[in-house]
Amino acid sequence: MPGLILLKNGRVIDPANGIDQIQDVLIVDGRISAVAQPGTLSEQTEGLVFDLTGKWVVPGLIDMHVHLREPGQEYKETIETGTRAAAAGGFTAVAAMPNTKPVNDNQTVTTFILAKAAEAGFARVYPVGAISSGSNGEHLAEFGELRQAGAVAVTDDGLPVGNSQLMRRALEYAGNHDLLVISHAEEMTLSHSGAMNDGSLATRLGLRGIPHIAEEIMVYRDLALAEFTGRPIHIAHVSTRESLALIKRAKEKGVAVTAETAPHYFTLTEMAVDGYNTLAKMNPPLRTEADVAAVREALREGTLDAIATDHAPHGELDKDMEFDLAANGIIGLETAVPLTLRLVRENQLDARRMVELLSVNPARILGVPGGTLSVGAPADITVIDPEKKFVFTEESIQSKSRNSPFLGWELQGKAVLTILAGRITWGQETFSS
Amino acid sequence: MNPEYRFSHKHVLGLADFSVEDIQSVLQTAESFKEISSRAIKKVPTLRGKTIINFFFEPSTRTRLSFEVAAKRMSADTFNISNSGSSTVKGETLIDTARNLAAMNPDCIILRHPRSGSARLLADHINASVINAGDGTHEHPSQGLLDLMTVREAKGGIAGLKIAIIGDIAHSRVAHSNIIGFSKMGASVTVSGPATLIPPGIAELGAQVSRSVLEAVDGADVIMALRIQKERQQDPLFPSLREYAKFFGVSQKVADAASPEAIIMHPGPINRGVELDPKLADGSRSVILEQVTNGVAVRMALLYLIMGGD
Repeated sequence: MPGLILLKNGRVIDPANGIDQIQDVLIVDGRISAVAQPGTLSEQTEGLVFDLTGKWVVPGLIDMHVHLREPGQEYKETIETGTRAAAAGGFTAVAAMPNTKPVNDNQTVTTFILAKAAEAGFARVYPVGAISSGSNGEHLAEFGELRQAGAVAVTDDGLPVGNSQLMRRALEYAGNHDLLVISHAEEMTLSHSGAMNDGSLATRLGLRGIPHIAEEIMVYRDLALAEFTGRPIHIAHVSTRESLALIKRAKEKGVAVTAETAPHYFTLTEMAVDGYNTLAKMNPPLRTEADVAAVREALREGTLDAIATDHAPHGELDKDMEFDLAANGIIGLETAVPLTLRLVRENQLDARRMVELLSVNPARILGVPGGTLSVGAPADITVIDPEKKFVFTEESIQSKSRNSPFLGWELQGKAVLTILAGRITWGQETFSS
Repeated sequence: MNPEYRFSHKHVLGLADFSVEDIQSVLQTAESFKEISSRAIKKVPTLRGKTIINFFFEPSTRTRLSFEVAAKRMSADTFNISNSGSSTVKGETLIDTARNLAAMNPDCIILRHPRSGSARLLADHINASVINAGDGTHEHPSQGLLDLMTVREAKGGIAGLKIAIIGDIAHSRVAHSNIIGFSKMGASVTVSGPATLIPPGIAELGAQVSRSVLEAVDGADVIMALRIQKERQQDPLFPSLREYAKFFGVSQKVADAASPEAIIMHPGPINRGVELDPKLADGSRSVILEQVTNGVAVRMALLYLIMGGD
């Protein structure tokens, strides 16, 4: 129930307002009412008071790349279970990719997703529409109606737009409707039903490889199209060193490009696949040490703008089989915070940069509210305990699926309280003692 | 060999899992079993009461029959399932089918399957021993072992030999097992073929790569030609069988560049006149049929070592 919530003594990290200090935050009727020196906000008799000594208070995290699977594949995830997993992972908003069944290429599916999200109430859901109808790469989807219904971006994610003319037209036409175009960069004739990164491990395992150039050639094409059309582009799930070099160069030239990576690309290498571990099978595939190092550096210095999980739930039905038949993708919502905190502990990122990557920048890129703790803003707030140690187990997972290569990992740091518009969506029991 | 050594593998999934001693142990056992196949009564009771299922998802004449002959000469009961007759065509998954087979308590399942890693998948899900009879483009360990045995017989040893493997290295599980096996045993392995059929990182398996077939076979003690799969022409991997034969086939000229005592090998089935000149296949230096004979002995040894010890 919205009402009064006082968050006391937490380390408030709000890059948008240049704040990183111990502050109290008062929430009234779903909005941030005050941010002030500890003890200066009078304690209300009615309402909840949390002592957050040692915890971080940050703008609600936003995952700009999530597969919620509904409609169509509810055995993997529903909008309810997916957004509950989001809340458990500290996210107050997610962007929902369009590769549902049917594909979200029209206003009806978009409206359905938003209705289900409102019903669940765990997170804001920003639908992403398809670039092409049916994501079949032939005709533009109805961008205008998608936008009117509530879509914030378009992509054929899961599949690349192979036809360069279609991609050009999508960038041009998206401008009429203020939609961001998101690129899943993959040259399909090179990835060619590959199952993992191309190289000596693929050779040893007898698996067909996906060379890094399959990503880079398409990154280059889409950067060139963005420059040519003068329209912004966002590159999803960047995994290779050379993709990052291309993006960096385009940014230096002034091309309106933003880019995201996923925690697995800065945490794991292709070695995670050894032994035919389908829980480490994904597209783009896990790469090499050099790529991981480049991704980390790009997060630090700004070539990458966002960390997004590419949360891709699959059942055992999709994963427990021969490696090259198994589905691509892993769940990510509930491990993003601890995996990113590893970089903070290793001094690869500071806390402020982490908040930019997980909240401030995704809000800006998608053109949605959030990413700030300004007075008057909706009270979407995540409280992180950066020290809390836990073992990531199947039992703890809120997502409907369990496909994670991080099962059994000892992790440190997690979201302990998630607040959406002044309503607690996760973690109250942690504090109820 | 270390007197403490004991062969302790439950499964035979790939030569990558085998130590030098494991390989020596299989070869010694196979050499001692080889004589059984030349007796008038070709049967010993060693595996009486053991149940072996040949589970073949891909067409195979030689390998399947070789395993079956090996098992029967050891008195095991054998059963054959092929893809067309199995419930996988009705949509059952590999794991479910395997669990059902396992519920009939076989001692060993011999799997041939088009997907790399399928033998390991099976081994992870059932209690029986699993022998990989070829999984995708990964490994074909019994073929690697029978090739090692054949070379050891012909040459008196393996260490220090120069082995040239010519052809489609990328899609050949035989090449993979042979590169691993021969380099473990101290031979040097050079591969050659169209660059489109040489996979990345093959050097890390232990092979040197040569752009020219003549260079690869220069001074070689063993020339192994690999089967070219005709359907590969649909991928843009090489222009035509005609051009392949001309530039990458093992011809008399290629054979002449090797050591005068070099032996000619091929895992079969041969595309005569494509990857191998028929005269060489049938000539005095060919050990191709000896490979087949040794295949039975090696498979008897593997069955014995994983099942006969208890």
